[in-house]
Amino acid sequence: MTLDLFKTKGTPLDKQVFTWRDLVQPPYSKLDDDAFTRVRVILMNGIESEALRFSHACARMNSKLQAALAAIRRVEQHQQTMVNWLNPADQSPLETTIGFEQVAIEVTASVAQHEPDPYLAQVYRFGLLEDFDHLYRYSALYDRLEGKDANTLVQSYTDILPGRPTVVEHRAPIDDLRRPYDRATAQAVTKLNALTIMAGEHQTHDYYMTVGPFFSDPTARQLYAEIASIEEQHVTQYESIIDANETWLEKWVLHEANEVYNYWSCVEFEQNPRIKKIWERFLDYELGQLQAVCAIFEDIERRDVQEILPAKLPEPIQYVSQRAFVREVLEQEVDLRAQGTEFVDASELPKDSPSTQYARQINSEGSPSQTVAAGWVWEPGTELSGTAGLQPGATRVGEAAQPTGNGNSRSPR
Amino acid sequence: MKTQTSEGINRTGMATSPQLAREMLEGTKSTIPSSEGDADDLALVRIEYTKVGLPVGTMPPPATGKPMTDAERVFMDKLGERLAFERAGTRLYDALLSKFDAYGTWPGGPERADLEEIREEEHEHFTLLQSAIAQLGGDITAVTPSANVHAVASKGLPAVLTDPRTNLQQCLEAILVAELVDNDCWENLTTLATALGQEELATAFTAALEEERDHLERVRTWIRAGLSELTGEPLT
Repeated sequence: MTLDLFKTKGTPLDKQVFTWRDLVQPPYSKLDDDAFTRVRVILMNGIESEALRFSHACARMNSKLQAALAAIRRVEQHQQTMVNWLNPADQSPLETTIGFEQVAIEVTASVAQHEPDPYLAQVYRFGLLEDFDHLYRYSALYDRLEGKDANTLVQSYTDILPGRPTVVEHRAPIDDLRRPYDRATAQAVTKLNALTIMAGEHQTHDYYMTVGPFFSDPTARQLYAEIASIEEQHVTQYESIIDANETWLEKWVLHEANEVYNYWSCVEFEQNPRIKKIWERFLDYELGQLQAVCAIFEDIERRDVQEILPAKLPEPIQYVSQRAFVREVLEQEVDLRAQGTEFVDASELPKDSPSTQYARQINSEGSPSQTVAAGWVWEPGTELSGTAGLQPGATRVGEAAQPTGNGNSRSPR
Repeated sequence: MKTQTSEGINRTGMATSPQLAREMLEGTKSTIPSSEGDADDLALVRIEYTKVGLPVGTMPPPATGKPMTDAERVFMDKLGERLAFERAGTRLYDALLSKFDAYGTWPGGPERADLEEIREEEHEHFTLLQSAIAQLGGDITAVTPSANVHAVASKGLPAVLTDPRTNLQQCLEAILVAELVDNDCWENLTTLATALGQEELATAFTAALEEERDHLERVRTWIRAGLSELTGEPLT
């Protein structure tokens, strides 16, 4: 079932109100809730963060829109608060980071499969394999720093394997730019996909830049510095696929439509009834905001908003494991590299290309992503566990096989 | 032994800036709070949120499908707690070993072999608990509610141990926190195993408890020796 953007009016702006008590709801459970609930909370925080980021940029360039932007932005601020505060306090920054990477893998994989433009689908698959590798690196850190298993967070939905190695993801800025869609001919789903992934990646970047200094371990601090740099590259990539010729108002309408689309996707898949009510409430809020912005658009631009928006939303983002698709992409495209706006096999990249030179410099004193995962393979219960033969009821104390996890084989010093 | 107690430029106390301190006090004397009440007001909010009644998490269903009694679930929760703690403890000793390699030791302090031995015993306790949980039909990969709460309670420990600015003495004091908790929790686990008729486990846990008592005593001794070295005073 889909949603008609023009017939569903949502909550009027003057009814979109909060209290401090209302903003701070009980969080989801790190142990009991489905991993995709965390995925949705993290993504929707990113979507709202982008709403504020765009709104401020727009206000700085459009004095006549400032009052309307400020009014809607206040609601978005409080929506973001309520969503972000659903993250529980017992979920550490590193655990939330692992959630961020699961978002980047599963949501980007869903988007890549529903993107009608083959070039842009390739862009998403390219970025996907890099975030896939980040999950592996952070999982190694979680194991080796804290003795914990990242699969307790990703709940077996997402493989924890090397992707395109982070060490080779460092590119010259010119190789992070992509070709944009054409605002006049691109389908609506293409525009929504681009906004969704750009928002998610931007928030990922900002989160790593915020929490990186909280870590004590120098490899952890370096790893956050390294992966934050890649997330900055990803923001560069994903914002470059959006047509820069869209008007400010066109972009505002698309942002609001994208927020509707994303909350609606959350409603379609959420299993936690308490969290689902929040998605439903904010879907109605966003529909109200969209109506208001469409009216401003039509008033100022003197054209029908249906020129840029479809009545029916595309298929929702699929909050299910995309393992098979990710494995296929990994097998076929892990060796792709960017050269300008195009993708080539690693063997075709000249040894003196801007990206090769840049990577050589930035990695010249070592690679934290290589250090953290040196010899690391994900095992159920961490590399310390040596879990072979430890199925429930299979062994007795005193009879267990000796563990074989390589984390227990320390090098002589 | 490197120390961090030499006189420097620590600016956190008011005595380092007497004039600014006087101005601060002048300001606060002329101020009245904007609302009445005291710190108990925060407690009221905490209680209000507590009444919602949501736990941090629950126990997973039995991995074998065989139902558990309430007592068995409590036991499983505490087994999961110790498993997670011992596994994290192994990583703490990994970090302590790197601290030893960076700083060396002091007369009466730990030798590398001491730390390696304790690290191995923490790891053996972890694998013992894996076997116990598997034997009782539990899932060795699950994070139980108690495991999660203990992880939150001890989350500052790796932060101390992996910080390049802390020395071996400071890190041993962080390890002491872990060993103190570990001793009490192993005692409880052994008592629970006995009460639930798990004699074989109780015997194995008693042996682990003895090793933990030895860890605690050794850490205490090293810390005292370190303080003696720092102060130049014999400490008994």
